[in-house]
Amino acid sequence: MNIQQVAARHAVEAVVIGASAGGVHALLALLSGLPERFSLPIIAVLHLPQERDSRLADVFQQRLGMAVREATDKEAIAPSTLYFAGSGYHLSIEMDRTFSLSCEEPVNYSRPSIDVLMDSAADAYGPSLAGVLLTGANFDGAAGLARIKQRGGLTAVQDPAEAQVATMPQAAIRKLKPNLILTLDGIRQLLIQLDLNHAKP
Amino acid sequence: MPKKPHTLSPAPGHGAGDGADDHQEAELHLLMQAIYSQYSYDFRDYAGASQKRRVIKALAQLGYPTIPALQAAVAQDPAVFMQLLQYLTIPVSEMFRDPLFFLALRQQVMPVLRTYPSLKIWVAGCSTGEEVYSLAILLKEEGLLDRTLIYATDINPKSLAKARQGIFSLASIQGHTANYQAAGGQQAFSDYYTAAYNAAVFDKTLRDNITFADHSLATDSVFSETQLVLCRNVLIYFNKKLQDRALGLFHESLSHRGFMGLGSKESIDFSAHARRFEPLNRLERIFRKLEA
Repeated sequence: MNIQQVAARHAVEAVVIGASAGGVHALLALLSGLPERFSLPIIAVLHLPQERDSRLADVFQQRLGMAVREATDKEAIAPSTLYFAGSGYHLSIEMDRTFSLSCEEPVNYSRPSIDVLMDSAADAYGPSLAGVLLTGANFDGAAGLARIKQRGGLTAVQDPAEAQVATMPQAAIRKLKPNLILTLDGIRQLLIQLDLNHAKP
Repeated sequence: MPKKPHTLSPAPGHGAGDGADDHQEAELHLLMQAIYSQYSYDFRDYAGASQKRRVIKALAQLGYPTIPALQAAVAQDPAVFMQLLQYLTIPVSEMFRDPLFFLALRQQVMPVLRTYPSLKIWVAGCSTGEEVYSLAILLKEEGLLDRTLIYATDINPKSLAKARQGIFSLASIQGHTANYQAAGGQQAFSDYYTAAYNAAVFDKTLRDNITFADHSLATDSVFSETQLVLCRNVLIYFNKKLQDRALGLFHESLSHRGFMGLGSKESIDFSAHARRFEPLNRLERIFRKLEA
């Protein structure tokens, strides 16, 4: 199936994205081409080396039209906004579609962990969720993406041939059969199509 | 996206979903209800996503196939409940976690506390005690420990027992030395503990003025007036309603213009009590009580 066909089968209300090594570059390339009116909320976990107070939101805000901020505990998820998980805490989505943070032990040596975000997002959104996994050097995100698929959500993985580090997309492809394996350009088209479908009355 | 009632969104798991999972929210709710009825521990207003993760972890590690099976075992055997309690509470802590918070306490709060003839401080949700000992060291270096009474409270008796001992793994403590220094520490960190085998045994005089006690932010009330409340990385495990209850207790406990320190990513912005505190150091989450 192509992008249009897959997009047509999913009424998506939010997008979760995970990335690790090479992720800042990939995510910037992916999102900087989105139209300014893009309305779906995007929630991202990006593994970063530093321990505290990453300036991710600032970096992305300077380059993107949409609102960008670090997700805050108990905050309701708003449209047209890119949220980042802050460093040192897991980010989850509750059933009422608000954020919650936690300092439970790292998962896959990571905190924030992509699996934690995707698991909880799959519970909160069910089939109306799209999960995207990009470049990275570990296995975080594979189980979370499988969970999204299990609950009827849409799953897309960056083409390992294009990814700066192929380990993470490959791990996900091995674990589940994602709906789509795409280049960053393809993933961008997918997001735009999902947003158009979402905006339709 | 406007906040929708969950019932308006498509049924989770519809089509491709696995049936068993759809019941888990309800099963968790029943489990917490049963625990409250039988043991008076109230986890009913904890944030759902992390609670679910921890119960699922307990299922796997304690060897129960389903949440109802665990619930049945908990109902029959208080020892199983005590095992589960270790999962429901989160004992992840380190000494001088977020050193800049402790530096701010030292530089902005201690000078005010020094003007009081005697002090009471409440460390709420102290877990295994790392934060309490960090605070005691800071107070000692500021010359305030002798006239301070610290109440360190938690709901988990095992955590409290460990906190009372003041013995931590040597490897983890050595990892916290950099934290201590970044927090403005004035000695060698090793001055405060004796290394024995693989353990760091903390100076017993540090806990002369610490009272460890069982207290629940969900069900108990205020027990003392205090000048400073520390409750770091506890409120994030609560839902809004329980956060409000806890912040209400802190406000009630604090004396005029008392101080409150929260975790570095915790917020009172969404709380009913947001306007009853003013930020002293916004970045480090240190607040002062405002009168009504």
